[in-house]
Amino acid sequence: MRYFESRVIANQRVADDIFVLQVERNSAEVAAGQFYMLKSWDKELTLMRPVSVFKADESVLWFMYRVVGSGTSRISALMPGDKMRLLGPCGNGYPCDALKGRIAVVGGGLGIPPLCETAKTLKARGATVDAYLGFRDALFAVEDFEPHCENIFISTEKGEEGYRGFITDLLSPENYDTVITCGPEVMMRKVASMCAMTDTRCYCSLEHRMACGIGACLGCSIRTKSGMRRVCKDGPVFLSSELEW
Amino acid sequence: MDKNVTLSVEIAGVPFKNPLVAASGTFGFGGEYDELYDVGCLGGISSKGLTLHPKDGNEGIRVWETASGMMNSVGLQNPGIDEFIDTGIAQMRQFGNVLIANMGGHSMEDYVAGAAKLSNADIDMLELNISCPNVKSGGMAFGIKAEVAREVVKAVRDVCHKPLIVKLSPNAENIVDMAMACEDAGADALSLVNTFQAMAIDIHKRKPVFNNVYAGLSGAAIKPIALRMVHAVCQKVRVPVFGMGGVYTAEDVLEFVMAGATAVQIGTVNFNNPLAGRDILDALVRLCQQEGISNISEVRGVC
Repeated sequence: MRYFESRVIANQRVADDIFVLQVERNSAEVAAGQFYMLKSWDKELTLMRPVSVFKADESVLWFMYRVVGSGTSRISALMPGDKMRLLGPCGNGYPCDALKGRIAVVGGGLGIPPLCETAKTLKARGATVDAYLGFRDALFAVEDFEPHCENIFISTEKGEEGYRGFITDLLSPENYDTVITCGPEVMMRKVASMCAMTDTRCYCSLEHRMACGIGACLGCSIRTKSGMRRVCKDGPVFLSSELEW
Repeated sequence: MDKNVTLSVEIAGVPFKNPLVAASGTFGFGGEYDELYDVGCLGGISSKGLTLHPKDGNEGIRVWETASGMMNSVGLQNPGIDEFIDTGIAQMRQFGNVLIANMGGHSMEDYVAGAAKLSNADIDMLELNISCPNVKSGGMAFGIKAEVAREVVKAVRDVCHKPLIVKLSPNAENIVDMAMACEDAGADALSLVNTFQAMAIDIHKRKPVFNNVYAGLSGAAIKPIALRMVHAVCQKVRVPVFGMGGVYTAEDVLEFVMAGATAVQIGTVNFNNPLAGRDILDALVRLCQQEGISNISEVRGVC
C-alpha cells in the first residue's frame, strides 16, 4: 500500500451520472475486490473517497464511480493529464486463489464494476464464472464482463433491457460452488439468505463511509459474528456467514 | 538539511525529539500508518482512547465530511486496557518515540481502575480524556464542569505514578477555569482541544446524520477557536500544554507554539494526507530555518 501522486489518463461519462476514471497505477499489484482512497483536492475537502477497482493491468487502474456528492463531483471534473492522489491498494479483496469450480458474481448498480476484475481473476485461475448484473435502467460495463464469463444475465427495474425485476430472481445458488456479491445492502442480504438456504458459500463486498481507509480510525466498523471488524482493513470482503444483518 | 534547528521539547520530564504528536483516535496504535512511513519520526503517539473494558463503539454513521473539517461519532471503540497492555504497548514501543496511553471512561470508578492499571504498565504518559463528546453516560460530563473535572483528576492522580496529561473539551463551561482546576488537582500537562460538539442533518431522511444526534467536529474549521483557547489557557497555567485542533501545516504548528503550546497534536489531517506527520515535520524544519528560529522553544508563548 502506498500514498502517491498519479496522472489521469481518461475520465469519461458512461451513463447518467456514472464515470470511468483511468489513472496510472504506480502501486502494487491489485487483488480483485480491493479499493483505493482517491482525492483530486488538497485541503479543500478533508476526506479521501473510497472507490473499488473496476479493472487493472500492469500500468493502469480503472475506477467506475457515480457522482453522489462534493468529492465525486470534483473527481468527475478531472481531465487527462491532471494529477490526483491515491492511497492503496486497500482492503483484503476476494480469495480468488482458493475459489474453484462454478462461481456466480452477482452485482447491483455500482456494485457491478468491482466484480469485473474479480471475474477476470477467477477465470484466469480456472474457475467458470457466470455474471448476474442488476441495473436500475441504463446498462454499463456489460461488455467488460464478456471475455471472462460463461453466461451473463441482466435485469433492469422496468425491463428496458433484459429481465424486468430484481437480478436475484434469476439466481439459483445451488448451481454454484461459490457466490460473490456486491451492491445495495438489500440485494446482498437477499443473495446471502438464498445462499444460506442452499448451503452455498457466499462472499459480500461492503461499502461504507470511511475516513482513514487503512484501519486506524474505526470510522467504518461493523458488527460481525467475530466482533467488530473494519470494512477498510478487515474487509471490504466478508463471508456472508460472518455478517450480522 | 537540519541547519541546527532544535525541535526537541520536554514535557513533565519526558523528552520529545520534536513537538509533533499523533492525536488519539486518528492513529490507532500507530501500526497502520507505520506501513506508510516511519511513524517513529514523530515526537510521540497518543493511543486510541482506551476504556477499562472493551467497547464496540457507536451504531450508525461514524464519520461525516463537513466544510473545512469533519465530524465523528466513533464512540471509543477499543479493545480495552488489558488487551492494550498485552499487545498494544509492544506494538507502540517498536516506534521508539513517546508512548502516550489515552484513556476515557464512564464513571469515577472506571477512570481510577483504568489509570491504576495503565500506571503500572510500560507507558511514558497517561492522557486522561475527560472530554469525549460521543459517549452518552459520563464522558463529556466530566469535561464540562470544572469542579467535576477536579474530582476525577484528583482521584486519578492518586493512583497514577506516570506523568499525567488531562485532555480538555472545548465544550467546557469555561476552558480556563477547567484548565486551572485540572492543574490544581495534579495534572502534569494539559492537552486541548478535543472536538466541538456539533450536528449534521440528512435533509432527505429528515433525521440527524448521527444516531447520537450530536457528534464531534474537528479539522481546519475549529483551528482559530482552538488557538484562542490554547492561548487563553497558557496565560493562566504553569503546566505545559499540547495544543491541537485543526493543525494541518507547519505554520499551524508554529501558531500553536506561539500561542503557548509546548507540543502540538495532529489528528484530522492524517485522513487528508496519510503522510501528514512526516510532511509537517519536514516542513517545520524548513519553516524554522526560514523564520530564523534555531530552537522552537524560543518562540513559545511569544503572543
